[in-house]
Amino acid sequence: MAKGMREIKRQIKSKQNMKQITRAMEMVSAAKLKRAQNAAVASRPYADKLREVVFSIASGSGSVKHPMLQTREVKRTAYLVITSDRGLAGGLNSNLLRKLLVEIRAKHSSPEQYGVFVIGRKGRDFLARRNIPIVSEVTGMSDTPTFADVKPIASAAVQGFEDGKYDELILVYNEFRNAISQIPTLKKLLPLDASEFGQEAQGPKADYEYEPSAEEVLQVLLPKYAETLIYSALLDNKASEHGSRMTAMGNATKNATKMIQELTLTFNRARQAAITQEIAEIVGGANAQA
Amino acid sequence: MSTLRLEIVTPERKVYEEDVDMVVVKGVAGELGILPNHIPLATPLKIAPIKAKKGGKDEYVAVHGGFMEVRKDKVVILAEAAELGNDIDLIRARQAKERAERRLADKAANVDHKRAELALQRALSRISAAGGE
Repeated sequence: MAKGMREIKRQIKSKQNMKQITRAMEMVSAAKLKRAQNAAVASRPYADKLREVVFSIASGSGSVKHPMLQTREVKRTAYLVITSDRGLAGGLNSNLLRKLLVEIRAKHSSPEQYGVFVIGRKGRDFLARRNIPIVSEVTGMSDTPTFADVKPIASAAVQGFEDGKYDELILVYNEFRNAISQIPTLKKLLPLDASEFGQEAQGPKADYEYEPSAEEVLQVLLPKYAETLIYSALLDNKASEHGSRMTAMGNATKNATKMIQELTLTFNRARQAAITQEIAEIVGGANAQA
Repeated sequence: MSTLRLEIVTPERKVYEEDVDMVVVKGVAGELGILPNHIPLATPLKIAPIKAKKGGKDEYVAVHGGFMEVRKDKVVILAEAAELGNDIDLIRARQAKERAERRLADKAANVDHKRAELALQRALSRISAAGGE
């Protein structure tokens, strides 16, 4: 009996250690989530402004033509996949990657028809294991990524579209709703949806002078705009990562507490049984002598 | 005298937001001076420092390529990176300049010429924004 008790005691101890770790991770994630959300808010003015100007040019002068606004026949698709570097974030990465895999299997019959740009170790490892061609990768992104961190891979993807290597660019990331809900999203980034521009015509519309010309301004702005969208997707994914990890670790802590409770109960029962048996033995021995 | 609001925004944060008397920038088509009540204008910018005149004082901001939008009483500059003249580390900027110049001079080596040139421009812009030359 005593041996069984020692075993239970060991288990309780190990669960307690685990609980301590998961609780610490939960709190760290909560702090990082806060920071990631702030970064996402801070990046908004830039993206909004850029969007406003791009839209006002695109809707103002209907004659403006730019390859990034034109839908071509899709022969090759580029995917830009944003995942986290570290795991222990619940189903965050696996849900996203599974969705991507389903999409790729459904749409493409051979690996020549698509290319994948990937950010984050989890995504890279997953795709490499499945022999999916990776065009370019970035790993080891910090928790507060700067625009310069994503710039190379973002411009590579956008450039690929401009050069005609790819006919569409799809952004794959986790959209952040709140700490407990992140939605795996596939969003078509390029070509930019021209019909969207028409709807945006509300509000005070300034008639701009363009220097040197509307076309040339658009030439500079559209790639920037696409890169900014990629950057905000990355910030969104960071927030999702921390939110998801916080929730996952919160659940782990709760489960550990429950297990410890159950084990403690079993332990106490075993102890009680051992004592009862001992008394019974003593009483039995005394009776036998009398 | 009326003023106009100058905002410099990067993807990470708002770098600068002040009421100024005049803004001088270098657009792709040439240098521009913006006074209040300017006609709405949109133009990409070169890598060069921006000068903001404020109450007789000049303030400089190094803007690394970007885009300017002018409204009646407001100028918004969108840039991938921007640094206030006072925040710039002059020694580091000088080092960057030398590095870029060395790269450019070293034609034999397989260097990315365009990248080195951009780096040089950025360094020069930083130095002049910091008041180094």
